[in-house]
Amino acid sequence: MKRLAFVLLVAVIALSPLMLFAADAVPTEKDAVAASRAVKLSEKLRCLVCQNQTIADSNAELAQDLRRQIHEQIAAGRSDDEIVDYMVARYGDFVLYQPPVKPTTFLLWAGPALLLLFGFAVLARTLSTRRTQGEAPSLTAEEHERAARLLAGNNGTERS
Amino acid sequence: MSKKLLIPLAVFVVLCAFLLVGLWRDPREVPSPLIGKPAPAFTLAQLHEPAKTLGPADLKGQVWLLNVWASWCVSCREEHPLLVELGKSKVVPIVGLNYKDESAAGKRWLAQNGDPYNVSVIDRDGRVGIDWGVYGVPETFVVDKVGTIRYKQIGPITAEALEKKILPLIRELQKS
Repeated sequence: MKRLAFVLLVAVIALSPLMLFAADAVPTEKDAVAASRAVKLSEKLRCLVCQNQTIADSNAELAQDLRRQIHEQIAAGRSDDEIVDYMVARYGDFVLYQPPVKPTTFLLWAGPALLLLFGFAVLARTLSTRRTQGEAPSLTAEEHERAARLLAGNNGTERS
Repeated sequence: MSKKLLIPLAVFVVLCAFLLVGLWRDPREVPSPLIGKPAPAFTLAQLHEPAKTLGPADLKGQVWLLNVWASWCVSCREEHPLLVELGKSKVVPIVGLNYKDESAAGKRWLAQNGDPYNVSVIDRDGRVGIDWGVYGVPETFVVDKVGTIRYKQIGPITAEALEKKILPLIRELQKS
């Protein structure tokens, strides 16, 4: 009997950490969706303090505050677009890692494609001029003869 | 020299010009989208009299400055003498936004360094700062009579910025 009590005691002690965990709120599916939305959003937004990091990566105070804002706004039922608009209204387009397509950013978006097209145009022109210049100039009969002699190992001036 | 060779040279010179201009621009200065927009509303407790509040609505009808400061902010010390002088001149009311600071530390800092502010308000957790697009301290906003943000100084106010931009703008806005 004493032994059984001991085993029970050991079992209770061994399981007690599990009870501690049980006290934590188990994340529901809704929380998980909200958390992944928050992560996705904070990966799209730039931290203005350390400008080459997203607010997901940065540990600057401002990034922490902005992550808190995102969590609160998701909890308040705002859509992703509304949250992004909220950030842009305060910090400008610079806060977006992917700049929006609009007249002022046209060169940024189209620039590489335009450069590529320009490169192709230059290439095409170069190739076409090379083709017209590349044909071997025709030789006169005399020149043909001299060329044949040169190729035969004679120096072409016939001194012998 | 043939004309063909001039083209790459011209491209190179233009590129150099762009890069040279870029050298003198501060990438930390992100233009604020709030310029020309109404000042974001807030109602915050005053630093010296926490029972009283203040907000942009209370300042309608006058041109005013909002200066974001904190006792932990190092570069605030740089601009502080200029602000104290400006405060003494009584040209324009200055509201201090005590950003993410301990009130006791903030009050002590003002006692030591001088208090240029007509009123300082407490933004303990930086929420009003976010509404105003603050991403570093100090920052200073010029707000006109109808409550529109007209100018934002990012980083410490310099004597040059004060003389050439901020004061002329204030005078012009006060006339209208």
